[in-house]
Amino acid sequence: MAILVDTETTLVVQGLTGSEGRFHGLRNRDHGTQVVAGVTPGKGGQDVEGIPIFDTVAAAVAETAANTAMVFVPAPFAADAMYEAIDAGIGTIVCITEGVPVHEMLRIHAFFHSRGIRLIGPNCPGALSPGKANVGIIPAEIFREGTVGLVSRSGTLTYQIGHELTQLGLGNSTIVGVGGDPVVGSSFVDMLSLFEADSQTEQIVMVGEIGGDEEEKAAAFIEAEMSKPVVAYIAGFTAPPGKTMGHAGAIISGSAGTAQAKKDALEARGIRVGTTPTETAELVAELVRA
Amino acid sequence: MLAHTADRLRSTSRPGRLARVLDLHEFQGKELFQRFGIPVSEGRLATTPDEARAAADELGGQVVVKAQVLTGGRGKAGGIKVAETPDEAQARATEILGMDIRGHTVEKVWVERASDIAREYYLSIAFDRSAKRPLFMFTTQGGMDIEEVAASSPDALVRLHVDPLEGYHPWQARRLVFQAGVREPPEQKQIVAIIGKLYEAFVGCDATLCEINPLVVTPEGEVRALDSKFTVDDNALFRHPDLAEMRDVGAADPLEALAREKGVTYVKLDGDVGVLGNGAGLTMSTVDVVTFVGGRPADFCDLGGGGDAQGVVDALEVITKDPDVRSIFFNIFGGITRCDEVARGILQALAQMGIEHPIVVRLDGTNAEEGRRLLRESDASNVHTEATMLDGARRAVELAAE
Repeated sequence: MAILVDTETTLVVQGLTGSEGRFHGLRNRDHGTQVVAGVTPGKGGQDVEGIPIFDTVAAAVAETAANTAMVFVPAPFAADAMYEAIDAGIGTIVCITEGVPVHEMLRIHAFFHSRGIRLIGPNCPGALSPGKANVGIIPAEIFREGTVGLVSRSGTLTYQIGHELTQLGLGNSTIVGVGGDPVVGSSFVDMLSLFEADSQTEQIVMVGEIGGDEEEKAAAFIEAEMSKPVVAYIAGFTAPPGKTMGHAGAIISGSAGTAQAKKDALEARGIRVGTTPTETAELVAELVRA
Repeated sequence: MLAHTADRLRSTSRPGRLARVLDLHEFQGKELFQRFGIPVSEGRLATTPDEARAAADELGGQVVVKAQVLTGGRGKAGGIKVAETPDEAQARATEILGMDIRGHTVEKVWVERASDIAREYYLSIAFDRSAKRPLFMFTTQGGMDIEEVAASSPDALVRLHVDPLEGYHPWQARRLVFQAGVREPPEQKQIVAIIGKLYEAFVGCDATLCEINPLVVTPEGEVRALDSKFTVDDNALFRHPDLAEMRDVGAADPLEALAREKGVTYVKLDGDVGVLGNGAGLTMSTVDVVTFVGGRPADFCDLGGGGDAQGVVDALEVITKDPDVRSIFFNIFGGITRCDEVARGILQALAQMGIEHPIVVRLDGTNAEEGRRLLRESDASNVHTEATMLDGARRAVELAAE
């Protein structure tokens, strides 16, 4: 089964003709993903190693029946690209682009939620279901197929933990990076509920970091709604506190957001939190052996 | 979410990825307020006592000389003073310029016409990350510790979220004003107008915070912004070149300023193990692991997504400028970043800068084998490769202690 991306995924890459889009789009195809189209306005009719390019997402969907979009366009145009994909009827959008303004994301978040569209990212590494499909920039060669669902806010830290799991002989159902920006399309809770419903996934690792309160919300969700065991890791125990101007930020967030507050919230609900990526993988291995 | 104790509320930390924001000085925020039609007092910027004197002379009458530093608590630190005459303004500016306020040296003062104050209110709009909406907060109990007000009498602080798709509607301002108990009709009208303009400024400037504390009412009933805290989203600066130019590069730590100039994400810490990773999450985790194995990280340095050889050279230049650094730990997990490029960057930096610090390198992911081979085949005696993150951290900590 896996979540988000699998053998049913038909992918259109917005920005396939750019250097990054091309490199990763082709890499995704090499992993077995059905990359059916690319979109670059003005380059319709061309192709990238046999993948047809269209001027609009609507044209790409009409011709190829793409059901998933990956956004690889520069930040100033990324929001527009996401709206275009929704209008074309795409149901799952993965936005890799870093640097989308937070006000754009506030509007997109509200818009997507009102329409039931699934957005992963922005500023994320995408989703990989080993052996089935890879949509994004996750290096597939370090992962193998298995039963562990992995969700993270980070890119490279996801690879680190996935690598540690692989070293212990464990594999993954799906690895998903939801993105590191303050406002992203999908939260930990969204991904945890997909993993809970997924028949391939038996254990879950959640990799959080300081900032925001998504880990705290996830802790409450895990306790109330989940039957599958979850192990967590939180980065940023020794991160320097940033400076903040004015009082509004302190009033809004209070003490939420520190690594310790997140660890406490998780442990209070019986969720084990690894001290290092290595120890986190070992905790998962214990679950698998149990 | 409202925290339960005033102590917690007083925390000034903004945990999270490196704050990608631009904090503006009071005078810059007021310039923006004025641009959007929010009334402020007339003032002038001065960088010398003579300029402060000239400013006071032009403004006429009583003035206030205010330190322009990117930190709170200016008043308590003696950075805000009243002057009756131009001579006094010059004297006060002499005292304030060069003063240290919470680690910030005062290099500019804002000289503005003094205001008679009948009442002080508080008004802000900020990005509420948890709710994923902008949040207005307004209270008539301004002029005191606002976080204390939020904690001890939460009903006095009226809050209202704005739907980012629907945008702002004037009823929201009326709700804030009436619920907070503003009595005088002319005052109500002025504040409603200011709230609408503040929302325009917040969205129009891609701000994450616009705070007016205090929003004052003069004895004549005129409402005016007496201070400003204005923070802008870095990611949106591509469409605000005028705001991007407002960044006070001189206010940053010199090493952090050099890093920004070089495009390196760097935060100085107080230890002796230089830490360099790729990606914010992995770099944070590396700093944690160095601490966990008994070391003290000297910095947080994130090579970011790309990480070409020149990026590595620039990062090493910044890290090695810190005299406390005794060893350096490169922890790279290649995705977009290619490990061979990182290895090339390390060797290039060694050749160009003659770095003598021991450098521990751990490479995994894209082109890791090629990267390790490059390092192995170089004859750099101070480069040590380790197979895992944990071993790399241990080795770097040992080498720092030697």
